[in-house]
Amino acid sequence: MVLGPRATPELIEQTRAAMGLDRPFALQMITFFGNLLRGDMGVDVFTGRSVTTTVMEALPYTLALITASILWAAAIGIPLGAYSSIRRNTWIDRVTGILSVGTISIPSFVMALYSVLIFAVWLRWLPAIGAGEGFGGQIVHLILPAFAVGVPWVGYIARIVRASMLEIMGESHVRMARAFGLTERRITRAYVLRIAVLPAVTLIGAGVAHLFSAAVFVEVIFARPGIGALIVSAVNERNYTIVLGAVLVTTAIIVLATLISDIIIAWLDPRQREGM
Amino acid sequence: MNPETLLQVQNLSIEFGTSSGRLRALRGIDLEVPKGRIMGLVGESGCGKSTLAYSLSGLLAGNGEVSGGAILFDGADVTKMSDKELRDIRGRRVSMIFQDPMTALNPVITIGRQMLDIQYREPGTNAEKRARAARMLERVGIPDAAAQLGSYPHQFSGGMRQRVCIAMALLTKPDLLIADEPTTALDATLEVQIIELLRELQQEMDCAIVFVSHHLGTVAELCDDVTLMYAGEVVERGSVRDVFHNPAHPYTQALLECDPARMKVATRQLPTIPGMLPNLVDVPQGCIFASRCQHVWERCRSAHPHLSKTATVGHRAACHLLDAEGRT
Repeated sequence: MVLGPRATPELIEQTRAAMGLDRPFALQMITFFGNLLRGDMGVDVFTGRSVTTTVMEALPYTLALITASILWAAAIGIPLGAYSSIRRNTWIDRVTGILSVGTISIPSFVMALYSVLIFAVWLRWLPAIGAGEGFGGQIVHLILPAFAVGVPWVGYIARIVRASMLEIMGESHVRMARAFGLTERRITRAYVLRIAVLPAVTLIGAGVAHLFSAAVFVEVIFARPGIGALIVSAVNERNYTIVLGAVLVTTAIIVLATLISDIIIAWLDPRQREGM
Repeated sequence: MNPETLLQVQNLSIEFGTSSGRLRALRGIDLEVPKGRIMGLVGESGCGKSTLAYSLSGLLAGNGEVSGGAILFDGADVTKMSDKELRDIRGRRVSMIFQDPMTALNPVITIGRQMLDIQYREPGTNAEKRARAARMLERVGIPDAAAQLGSYPHQFSGGMRQRVCIAMALLTKPDLLIADEPTTALDATLEVQIIELLRELQQEMDCAIVFVSHHLGTVAELCDDVTLMYAGEVVERGSVRDVFHNPAHPYTQALLECDPARMKVATRQLPTIPGMLPNLVDVPQGCIFASRCQHVWERCRSAHPHLSKTATVGHRAACHLLDAEGRT
């Protein structure tokens, strides 16, 4: 299959032997998992390079993209949600609400295309394609893709922080803090926000899978190297070892992200530490 | 105003905007708390005692509104204070203890930090404030107090949390402590301990306490004076001794008869006051208790009774019977 429809029978036999596909299925599985434990995901039959090397080369670009996206989305979304909960039912809250729902509804590839059109083609402020050279160049090349991936998350985070702020503001410990004359500013920043971001952290942790799928589109549009671009090209070439390796690493990262979000929650909320 | 009076509530009315109309939660409340006295505020659920307690430090819920009257705290009207003025007295001159100690403390901040935060207006360094907090925790009976400053509320039991709340409330030596059913969420043994503690601390600090409760026995034990509320009105007030030994209002009499601790004859069923609380959106004319009163007569349906004097000085009740008996 890797070789395409015009492969000769001899070539097929040769490749089967090279990839170990002529051996029993059980043995294939054992060899695969055994090698996996040593960090070996096999060899890319097209280039002869190790799959691990190829995937690990692409991974940092995707991780940088995802991290940058979620960081800026949280940096805007959390204060926005908190602010609109304090100014509940004012025009600021309404505008934020409409914008949040709006950004959630826009797919990130649409956002990516339009941001390329506006900032790279029309305004020519930012580069449209590639990953850039050097640290500064990489940062500049990261701006548009991270913008496109992060935009819906601003909306998600703002909505969820607003909802949990409103809920916590009604709890009796907030009333007690008021009864002791603490200022509203102190109450919201130190007493409420810390609890209100917890659901947002869970949301982000569980949303890393979505971030990866958004990264697939965005990396293709911006011609960035990365896991997403790698998977797309590997699927087109029917390069199964690469697809398998990339999906495996992605899954591991998603599991890791859930773990990290749990650790952050435990750090923020002492009640969660008890069971650990 | 008498210089010994700390808190005076004059003809206070509070309304809540609800979907079914304006709920007239409190109507024409009058009461007085002298310095260093403990006043019990008693009534069944929904009679407005907690609303009154919260309004004393301007902590009404968002849809609540003072529609008349005044709350004079040391001469200044709480109902007319700005947010900043309210913040100034809260936690310094007026403190509160809440009903449910399980939810009253912030779950993600250490006890020590919370006790430090409420002293933000006090002079002294953070180390001095921490030391003060530790001393206060020790005073309310928390073992190993200095080490507990680093603990979180969920590491304490309910009784211990209520002790922490009391320590916080008295940390700044307030003139008035508002205790909103502080023992309702605790079991009976703890209740006794908390009441003991409150009494000791009150004598030590000489602060006045408004003690909200529906438990008659606790009030009798702790308080000097008692005010009985029914459906948003004060129906009787006086010293604990006068009110409990010689109740003048039929509601008080009925309430005392329902107290299992006071029953002399064993029954199979707990006695109750028949009937329900009146609708406070459309408040009936006449006496508010008329629909449930055993001694109701024609005037009770038409005219609203005012707090009138009884035979004892300082003991007043809002009942037409007092008037009538005085005349006939």
